Amino acid sequence: MTETAFGKNELDRFRTTFFEECAELIADMEARLAGSASHVGDTEELNAIFRAVHSIKAGAGAFGLTQLVGFTHGFEAVLDCLRDGHIVQDDRISHVLVRAGDVLAALVEDAQGRGELPADFGADVAEELQALLEDRGCAEHSRAQAVAAPASLPTAAKAASAEHRYIIRFRPLAELFRHANEPLLLIREMKRIGTLAVRCDASALPGLDALEPEDAYLAWTFELATDKPRATVAEIFEFVDTDCALEIEDVAAVAADPASAPSEPSGGASVAGAAPTQVHHDHGHGSNAHAAHAAPALSPPAQPAAAHPAAVQPSPPKSSPAGRAASATASIRVDLARIDRLVNTVGELVITQSMLTQQLMEQGGIGARILRGHEDLSQLTRELQECVMAIRMQPVKSVFQRMPRLVREVASRLGKDVELVMRGEQTEVDKTVIEELADPLTHMIRNAIDHGIEDAATRAAEGKPAVGRIELSAAHVGSNILIHVADDGAGIHRERLLQKAVEKGILPANADLQDAEIDELIFAPGFSTAQVVTDVSGRGVGMDVVRRNINALGGRILVQSTPGRGTRFTLIIPLTLAVLDGMVVAVGEEKYILPLTSIIESYRPDRRTVRTLAGGGQVAAVRGEYVRLVYLWKVFNVPGAVTEPSNGLVVLVETASGGKIGIVVDELIGQQQVVIKSLLDNFDSVSGISGATILGTGRVALILDIEQLPMLGDRRRRLRLDEAGAETRDQAPIPLVATG
Amino acid sequence: MRTSEDLPNPAPTAASAIAAAAGEPPNRTVQFISFRVGDQQFATDIMAVREIKGWTDTTTLPNQPEYLLGVLNLRGTIVPIYDLRCRFGLGLTTATRTHVVIIVSVMERTIGLLVDAVSDIITIKSSEIRPVPEMDRATTTNYLSGLISVGDSMVVLLSLETLFAQSSQLDTSTLAA
Repeated sequence: MTETAFGKNELDRFRTTFFEECAELIADMEARLAGSASHVGDTEELNAIFRAVHSIKAGAGAFGLTQLVGFTHGFEAVLDCLRDGHIVQDDRISHVLVRAGDVLAALVEDAQGRGELPADFGADVAEELQALLEDRGCAEHSRAQAVAAPASLPTAAKAASAEHRYIIRFRPLAELFRHANEPLLLIREMKRIGTLAVRCDASALPGLDALEPEDAYLAWTFELATDKPRATVAEIFEFVDTDCALEIEDVAAVAADPASAPSEPSGGASVAGAAPTQVHHDHGHGSNAHAAHAAPALSPPAQPAAAHPAAVQPSPPKSSPAGRAASATASIRVDLARIDRLVNTVGELVITQSMLTQQLMEQGGIGARILRGHEDLSQLTRELQECVMAIRMQPVKSVFQRMPRLVREVASRLGKDVELVMRGEQTEVDKTVIEELADPLTHMIRNAIDHGIEDAATRAAEGKPAVGRIELSAAHVGSNILIHVADDGAGIHRERLLQKAVEKGILPANADLQDAEIDELIFAPGFSTAQVVTDVSGRGVGMDVVRRNINALGGRILVQSTPGRGTRFTLIIPLTLAVLDGMVVAVGEEKYILPLTSIIESYRPDRRTVRTLAGGGQVAAVRGEYVRLVYLWKVFNVPGAVTEPSNGLVVLVETASGGKIGIVVDELIGQQQVVIKSLLDNFDSVSGISGATILGTGRVALILDIEQLPMLGDRRRRLRLDEAGAETRDQAPIPLVATG
Repeated sequence: MRTSEDLPNPAPTAASAIAAAAGEPPNRTVQFISFRVGDQQFATDIMAVREIKGWTDTTTLPNQPEYLLGVLNLRGTIVPIYDLRCRFGLGLTTATRTHVVIIVSVMERTIGLLVDAVSDIITIKSSEIRPVPEMDRATTTNYLSGLISVGDSMVVLLSLETLFAQSSQLDTSTLAA
């Protein structure tokens, strides 16, 4: 194929693919850069970073993005020196690398469309990189590479005069030929780069009667004398390395010149090692292969390295299992809109299916017979739905890994020293949820650095470590994902908050609030307690919007704060916005759905176990514990309900924060998987209701929000707070006729 | 509703002023759907109407104003239904099967309006829309966007945007600010 073979459309498509991959590579690189700061000299990490930078460079070259090529080149040179040990990683280098990563990300973004960055953007970092090379005597290296990298491999290799002798044991898997590979070509290729001795092992060859004509039976041992580094040899086997057992052994580095060998640009990590080494297959992200298709036709010289993530590892290869697992997974790209359509259709299928079930049950007779077969169908429907949902699940990593850069940016702008610790990045959650998480997390982390973490002097005075610490963690709890954002800063300044609330007329001057209630004030609209308004956190629009966004996801956000010790935000968000296992309960004529995962048990209480407290609240004794009772008919004002708990049922539920409440209903109707529909599309959020669903009858049923229910009981006491607060704003009725 | 009482004759100049202010050519043909609530005729822009359906029972939303009758399932979408009579302070409608719900699209939301009956499609020139005269301060008329004469009777044009203005809607894009 030549360049003329590509129409403009193809080129555009490759370009799009390139940038999509750049985004992935950069994300991966950033994650690893953050990691490499702590794991100094981890070769695998470095290799991965090198590969990312190199792939970007190769692609950028193909698309003529000169600024990007220029910058990646210097970056790559430093990484290469690091890999072969010419530079020893220290704090300064880690720092420069991280900054270089930031610049690279910005350049890629810029190249993608806007082109707004000045031509010398990142020049300071580039200079720093160059300075690093010169400091450590690697300048030669860099310059040699400057010529070599964009040029073709043979040119680069001419510089190296060292003679190597490799023993290559090549045992193809049976399906080698079926994957359109041909050992003869490999042998020819090897002959081209050196002197080759070939020994064929035909011991596996069966008799003619048992011979499968399409299977590969022969194995070879090659002895190759060449001046090429190991990587070049490994490269020959690049396209077959999944179809064979391959071992490349460097028996003697004749006239070993350690300085020249590693200057080979395409990833010769440790040629000097004489011990047998294993070719380590790392197929990148599945998408690297994709890049290989895009790049080679346009720029053949860049191709081998871009498509060649397989790096030669010192043995035994030390690897992070998670990283390996992630990169070995094969994947395809699917347009999100298609998945959405699939999810919606399956959702409707589930509803239709449960409608049918209901109608069959009402039928009796023949209906009952059909119903039995129908149960299988319902099982299948459910499985189908689970499969479809799983498609959309993704690790939160994709949003978490944007945070280190944010922390660096914000911290350096504010002149604070902040460390971000992340845990549980692999926790999976629905893709739509992930997208909605980015803004709230960004906001909370900014806040934590700006308002939470104190400046160095204050921290020293408090006896805290100089470096502020922000923890971001994710974990699964039931059908929710729990995300913590915690800082070890000053905590919420309650006095200032109270004072401000009074100033703004949100609270009466003599308000007497619990600490937790004061902390809740930060979710009131228009609150910013930073005494100095900075350009980082802005002013006013703040946590109320975060809470609104989280609520919109069907989630909740809670805050805990200890003065002088820090603040911790807890986000509890459903894993998926699409389905829920629910218990249908009846109250009067109304039916509600309780999320099944939060239900502990249900029982009919003995009249004597229900006590009324001073102030009118009621509790029930459950196995030695007193549990607050929430009467649905009271909080929702439902007529015709069972008012006496001993005639109805108490459903004991657990809230996300671990508390228990007893919800008083008339009766339980049954368990059902429901498709969650948002009320917010056409209406505002309603306190105590997290969403709606459509029952088998076609009627709408409301899904209860267990976290909000107890607060509804508090309504009268908290009314004043609520009036200005987010809760009532959420459900502000349309203006009455005679107002205004 | 006091809008129907003692209407002074609106000056034609005022009407053309409204049309001009709206940036419309004065003689554009516009269409409205008219409907009856109690003994009054109202109309709304036909372009906002998505469909008209018979009344079916709704699911009550807790702790909401009386005029919000609840939500119903419109082919998989949850749609809130408003009782216009109650919204205008004339008491709750006792809905029967003969009552009609007009599904309209207002500010990217789909909502239903419970009315007594749908009357007609009105096609007029925009210059024929008369402005709503100023009322005393106790009467909000900002959701009434004009008056039309059809034969002997008067039809009140409703501005659904104003009627269902969401004061609580915050711009979430400001979050990142």
